[in-house]
Amino acid sequence: MKKSVLFILSLFMAAGFFSCNNSENSKNGDRGALASSAAEKTYVAPGEHDEFYAFISGGFSGQLSVYGLPSGRLLKVIPVFSQDAEKAWGYNEETKPMLNTSHGFVPWDDAHHPDISQTNGKLDGRWVFINGNNTPRIAKIDLTTFETTEIIEVPNSAGNHSSSFVTENTEYVVAGTRFSVPVPQRDMPIKDYKGNFKGSLTFISVDPEEGHMDIKFQLMMPGFDYDLSHPGRGKSHGWFFFSTYNTEEANSLLEVNASQNDKDFIAAVNWKKIEEYVNNGGGKTMPANYAHNVYDEDTHTATSTMKKEVLVVDPLEVPGAVFLLPTPKSPHGCDVDPTGEYIIGNGKLSADLTIHSFTKMMDAIENEKFDGEAYGIPILKFEDVLAGTVKQAGLGPLHTEFDGEGNGYTSFFISSEVVKWKVETQEVIDRKPAYYSVGHVMIPGGNSAEPFGKYVIAMNKITKDRYLPTGPEVTHSAQLYDISGEKMELLLDFPTIGEPHYAAGIPADIIKPNSKKIFKLDENKHKHATLNNGDARVERDGNEVHVYMTMIRSHFTPDNIEGIKVGDKVYFHVTNHEQDYDVPHGISMIGANTSELLIMPGQTETFVWEPKQPGVWPFYCTDFCSALHQEMQGYVRVSPADSDIELSWSLGED
Amino acid sequence: MRFSIKSLWILSIAVLVSCGGKEEKKESDEIELGNYSKKEEVTKPASSTSTESMVDMDNKGIGPVTNVELPDEIDQEMVAKGKAIFDSKCLACHKPDKKFIGPAPAGVLDRRSPEWVMNMMLNPEEMVLKDPIAKQLLIEHNGSPMANQNLTQEEARQILEYFRTLE
Repeated sequence: MKKSVLFILSLFMAAGFFSCNNSENSKNGDRGALASSAAEKTYVAPGEHDEFYAFISGGFSGQLSVYGLPSGRLLKVIPVFSQDAEKAWGYNEETKPMLNTSHGFVPWDDAHHPDISQTNGKLDGRWVFINGNNTPRIAKIDLTTFETTEIIEVPNSAGNHSSSFVTENTEYVVAGTRFSVPVPQRDMPIKDYKGNFKGSLTFISVDPEEGHMDIKFQLMMPGFDYDLSHPGRGKSHGWFFFSTYNTEEANSLLEVNASQNDKDFIAAVNWKKIEEYVNNGGGKTMPANYAHNVYDEDTHTATSTMKKEVLVVDPLEVPGAVFLLPTPKSPHGCDVDPTGEYIIGNGKLSADLTIHSFTKMMDAIENEKFDGEAYGIPILKFEDVLAGTVKQAGLGPLHTEFDGEGNGYTSFFISSEVVKWKVETQEVIDRKPAYYSVGHVMIPGGNSAEPFGKYVIAMNKITKDRYLPTGPEVTHSAQLYDISGEKMELLLDFPTIGEPHYAAGIPADIIKPNSKKIFKLDENKHKHATLNNGDARVERDGNEVHVYMTMIRSHFTPDNIEGIKVGDKVYFHVTNHEQDYDVPHGISMIGANTSELLIMPGQTETFVWEPKQPGVWPFYCTDFCSALHQEMQGYVRVSPADSDIELSWSLGED
Repeated sequence: MRFSIKSLWILSIAVLVSCGGKEEKKESDEIELGNYSKKEEVTKPASSTSTESMVDMDNKGIGPVTNVELPDEIDQEMVAKGKAIFDSKCLACHKPDKKFIGPAPAGVLDRRSPEWVMNMMLNPEEMVLKDPIAKQLLIEHNGSPMANQNLTQEEARQILEYFRTLE
């Protein structure tokens, strides 16, 4: 009797388990208990906040995305190099100048490597810098508004890839060219590349208060490809390290011809020495043409200035400033550990990681342990600068980040894994697969003196089956690993935008308190702002009509306009009179050949409408703002070009 | 054996219940929905309230302001400052002497206490949820919310002084 009860009981318990947990079992396969703890580690309860911000490059979208970690939730997409109709970036009159270049208006770029500003080698959370790879530019994003406030074009550069990394006190943001080019640009045979093209490494100074960028000097290096770079820190502060490939200087079929040499170089640049040289009148100014675009938060308006010259420095004129460290084999990532002692060359075409020692490098320089020179630049002896090698850790090492506990985390593209290794001993501790073909990895602060070694994210080039299929194109995937223990643990997959080349993470507490909630109406200095509602009006100046409009829940002032004619160019200067957090209003006009405006509280923005037909044409608020949002609309009467209807405007019975 | 059949029933019920957790939740959601519609009904009779009951000089409203002393003499310097702020941050919805999107401020100090007026400026979200007069005003103005313009207490006081000059 007893037995049968027990038997039935256990039968039912088992049945109960199976029937209730079916779906979970099929989803998580054999991970079982582990999966539930991973879920707990990434779960951020409704209404609660993530622990870290991750600024993840949008790659070929041209933008910068903001994610929360550990949840992997997308918080914002900040428009940087590409027009964004949602936010009117590059569409409204105020931000069009931000995308101006020496080639004219360029509505897109390929965004690559975000880096957060630092003070004393630690993340200070003031700005994020990111490079446009295609039409060389560096952008600065202000982390009080999460808006792009400055973009500087880089002359004499092409494929702006070994960028945009900051020095220990954000003295400089550095931009290196990937493709060498004729400097200055000129009409010449491509086959004459070798010995004639130049590679420019650009040091852009950053104003410590306002963050304004200015090219301090360009170092004109031999015509190699400068792939990636990182600053020295701590003991190596004052130096900058650039990886190179194509030291063969091939101009065609690089896939083969740039992979001939057993070793390429990491170029070590003593920027302090060059800075001193330049401050004492060194270098040569050469004619140039590049745009410097600045967005002013008070006027809510950007201006673009064309700069006409740049200071260039020949490395041979500053002895002791530049050395080449032989590094196998077409190294990609060039990373410096938190102490500043180790410079890691990620072999790419070699299975090994090469670890150079800064101390040994300084000793080799002092004792002139040279192994020849390239275009007059001394090459240091490989064995004399080498600290060690991580042997055969995987295939295709690309990038390394650090946890602040003495460990490096390297992505291996070909073998698709993240490998944890001890920097001092070069011993491999753990490896975990990445899904699939990981490019960059990121630990918050992982390229600073003080990393926050709790998570690493892997940003992958191939997605395949990780998400529901969405046609031939699938979003790039990222993976979050817990690295707080000895072994890494995969916690989460999340989708990204564009191709996330790199990311920069930071504890939310450093940024959160400084985040702006509104723009103050009394600080609005926009040339066409309507700060006093009684000043809302319409003015005609020949064919140009300026509408000075205000918006507040839930109406426009004015909302009826007559006397507009076909052939007019109508500027809507619209000021949002709200002064409360998260109450933007939008506006769009039927048939306007531009995007909507999305105007934050206290802000003024402008769009242009050129009416083509007589009629009565409506406009409306595009961002649901209140229970009366649907009522937030208005009309413009457009009359034939020869009409004599007077300009008039009104709201309500006025 | 009989016993085991009984226990089979009990257990199968137990299993059903344990698996049916989700359905139970649905029911409780429905109950909440019912509550919402009840609340709506309550608001109906309130909308017929005459303007008479909208005068309450003892109601100080809900917010940071608990006591305001108004000196006999109107401070013209404060009035000027108050008008400037009003024109830039309030005029889009409030005409001084006639109902527009929101009510006219003229004569408001004959209907409401100065504390109530300032709390309405400084704490509008809570006022329209909890204060009986503010709730009624929201209904009378088509549910158009009083925007929080993030005024300082000093600014609200200056606007109040300006209101004293409006007849």
